[in-house]
Order: sequence, then C-alpha cells, then structure tokens
Amino acid sequence: MKVRIDPELCQGQGRCFSIAPSIFDFDDLGNGVVIGDGTLDDDTMKLAQLAQSNCPEHAIFIEE
Amino acid sequence: MTDKPLVKDFATEWDHADPQWVADPYPIWEDLRQRCPVAHTDRYGGGWFPATHAGVSAIAKDTKNFTSRTVIIGNGRPTELDLPAPIGVAPPITSDPPFHAIARKLILPAFAPGPINALEPMIRALCAKLIDGLEGDVVNAGMAYAKYIPPSVIRTMLGFPEDDIERFIEFIDIVLEGIDHPLEQRIEEFAPVEEYFVAQMEDHLANPRDDLTSYLLNVEIEGQKLQPEHVFGTMVLVLIAGIDTTWSAIGSSLWHLASHPDDLARLVNEPDLMPVAIEEFLRYYAPVTMARLVKHDMEYLGCSMKEDDWILLGFPAANRDPAMFKDADQFIIDREENRHVAFGLGIHRCAGSNLARLELRVAIEEFIKRFPRFELADPDAVTWASGQIRGPRNLPIRILQQ
Ligand code: HEM
Ligand code: SF4
Repeated sequence: MKVRIDPELCQGQGRCFSIAPSIFDFDDLGNGVVIGDGTLDDDTMKLAQLAQSNCPEHAIFIEE
Repeated sequence: MTDKPLVKDFATEWDHADPQWVADPYPIWEDLRQRCPVAHTDRYGGGWFPATHAGVSAIAKDTKNFTSRTVIIGNGRPTELDLPAPIGVAPPITSDPPFHAIARKLILPAFAPGPINALEPMIRALCAKLIDGLEGDVVNAGMAYAKYIPPSVIRTMLGFPEDDIERFIEFIDIVLEGIDHPLEQRIEEFAPVEEYFVAQMEDHLANPRDDLTSYLLNVEIEGQKLQPEHVFGTMVLVLIAGIDTTWSAIGSSLWHLASHPDDLARLVNEPDLMPVAIEEFLRYYAPVTMARLVKHDMEYLGCSMKEDDWILLGFPAANRDPAMFKDADQFIIDREENRHVAFGLGIHRCAGSNLARLELRVAIEEFIKRFPRFELADPDAVTWASGQIRGPRNLPIRILQQ
C-alpha cells in the first residue's frame, strides 16, 4: 500500500507532517508532500491513516 | 451594544451581533442544524448562514458562485466602493481566482513551517516576559497576556523597533476598529498608520535586513517588485488576519483551562498531549467566521439566493456538527480524529496557520508552566468580543497555590 497527497486538494493545512513527520514533509509554500515513494508497512500504515483522518481537505489517499 | 430589536428566531432573522449569539452561539447553531440547515436574515441587507459542515464546506470551496471581494459583513448590501475587483482591498483574502493564487504564493513562503518554526525561542521568551509582568493573585489573562502576544510577534517579524510596541498596538486598534467603516472615514483613520508604515518601509529600503518587511519589499511577481501600496496592503492584512484571531484563540483556551481543572491537570502532567489538545481548542473554540457574497441569483442548498446577498461562513458552527464529529458537543482533549476547519477550507485556507498554532501552543505551555493551577476569578466578569471574531476580552484569572 502507498500513500499519496493530491496537490490539487492540499491547501497546506499542515496536519499530516505534524502527526507523521516520518511520512510527510512540507515544501517551500508549506504544502504537504510525501517523503520517498510513500510505501507503507504495518507500522507506518497506522500513522498514515491517522494523518488521513485529520486532513480537513481530504487530500490524503492510501491505495494499492 | 445594539439598538436593533433582539432576535426572536435565528432561522429567519439571524444576527451575529445579537447579545444571545455573542454570549453563547452554540445552542443556536445546534437548533438551526436540526430545523433548517441554512438560516436567512433580512438584516445587513439580506444574507444566509449555513450551520452544517456540509454547507460551510460547499460554499467555502465554491469560488464560481461566491466571491471573497468582501469578507466582513457591513451594514447593508455592499456598494461598488466596497468591491474593488478583482484584487480586493487586502489580497489574497479579498481576492478571487485567478489573481488570488498569485497574491497567496507571494506570502506563503514567509509563513511556511521552516521560517515560522525558527521563531519559537523568540515567542517563548516573549511569553515568559509577559508572565513576569503579571502581578497579584488575580491576573487579566486576556488584556494583559493573550492580547499582547500576537502584536509583539508580528512587530518582531516586520522588524519594527521594539520601543514602538505601544504605538504599534494603538495602530492595530485603529485598523481593527476601522475595518467596517466607510472608505472615506477609513482612509482618514488609517493616515497615521500609513505614515508610520511608509517610514518603516523607507528605512528598510535604505537598510535591508532579514525580516518580513524586507521580504515583501524584495519579492517579485513576474519579474516586478511590489508597489509600496501593495506592500502596505499586505502588512495591514497580516495585522487584520493575525492579531485578534490568535489573541482570541489563546484567550478561549485559557478560559477553558480555568473552568475545567481536569483538563488543566492533564495538560500539566502530560505535556506530550499539547499538539492534539491545541487542535481540539481550535475546533471547539474556533474564533473566525468569514463572509462571502453571492455572485448571481441562483437556487443553492435549497435557498433562493440573490446577487450580493451575504453569506456568513460559520467555520465554528461546522466544527460542532455531529454529522462530522463524534460527540461534537464534547471537548475531548485527546481527540484523535479531528478534521476541524478553524482555519477555513479551500483556496483561502489561513496562510498564517503555522504561526497561529505555534503562538497558541507556546502561549499555553508557558502559562501553565508558571501557573499549574488557576481558575476563573469571576465568571460573570468575562466579556466576549462580538462580530466575526469570537474570544474572551476581559479574562480575570485567579492563580492558585500548587
Ligand atoms: C488562531 C488564529 C487564526 C485563525 C483561527 C485564522 C483563521 C482564518 C480563516 C478561517 C481564514 C479563511 C478566510 C476565508 O475563507 O475567507 C484565514 C485566512 C487568512 N489568515 Fe488566518 N487565522 C488565524 C491566524 C492568522 C495569522 C497569525 C496570520 C498571519 C500572520 C493569518 C493570516 C491569514 C491570511 C493571510 C489569510 C488569507 C489567505 C487567503 O485568502 O489565501 N491568520 N484565517
Ligand atoms: S493535512 Fe492535508 S491539507 Fe494539510 S498539508 Fe497535509 S495533505 Fe495538505
């Protein structure tokens, strides 16, 4: 499973990189970006899901 | 406070300046959500108030049918003077696409997490110094603490002289009070502010340094530096958007802790809880409500909206919608899932949210570090700001022995 941020939807609310700094980072404008290719293991999956459930813009996707 | 008759039914004549709404709006919104999710009023020349998360979210994200050309509700329908399209008075908050994106991109780098996180030691020192100045068993956590933090931070960011802080705060009062005055009056009132800011800009042009003023004077749109009016406009926006909003959030959070000893004790004993608690403070006591104007006559969310009708975007009401939040009416200090919209939604999402969160967290951390136990000295003496920004103003707090 992989996590991705839709840049069209992300407004830089910054919840993802505060909750899961090992998975998400921010760019120069403060928008969220995924570190690396976004592949999740059992541990990071939980964190990614927590970040997803806190993103007000519904901009985080976890998919095959 | 108001010479208008008291509101009898908020579904048909809502008024955000009505004493009942100012004192405690939450039961009103809950009632509206159950009866008629979009309330109407003939006051202010006519307008609508969606009380649900779905309604607020739909309108906030819909820049085709709604405009941000004015975001503060005036006394009647807006006149052409109020609406200098397409840039607006204070870009980007009053701009619509496509100009909005340009104005927003300009300021975002200055408020991104990198530069903002670097301010933490400065903000911490500032809060500690303000706390040193609080005297006696009863302190005014609103007027003597929360109120001073955002202006002092912004003054430092702008690189204006430290000794000018009292003057700077006077200017902020002028700007915040004049926000909905007629244009001519506003120009007159703002004159001393503009004079001071222009002098600061000239000084920065002569002696550039590493601060927000120099950043704004040097940043380029399509190879062009900004006109001084644009730089002044952006500075005024930062004052309007960044001061009483953050002050209100700090005040509401301290008010909550002063009246909920269990939550205070948990935060004191579990400092790691702070980031999660901050989001719940923001959800539960969201201070900011913004306006839109309807662009053209249409049927929307089951209402017959007319061109230039007001929309009051109740982000604080959306945050209490049980359809979106489990136990929405409960303050849960360790709430794990919290998609609150205190900073808005869509393209106008608060550009200063990283700074706001940092100020709020550090202000609370420093206060409870120095005063691990406190309570409201006189609950009836607490006053709340009216209008589109909600938070305590007078906030007497009694410091208790450990
Ligand atoms: C707790 C404190 C704050 C809250 C709750 C808050 C809330 C908001 C909200 C709800 C909006 C959206 C407006 C709309 O949709 O029309 C907004 C926009 C904005 N805020 Fe904040 N704000 C806070 C602090 C700050 C600070 C500290 C700054 C900067 C110093 C700031 C700068 C801005 C700017 C520039 C915009 C306009 C963004 C745009 O239109 O693209 N805010 N804020
Ligand atoms: S939480 Fe959502 S909106 Fe915020 S930065 Fe992350 S992806 Fe973007």
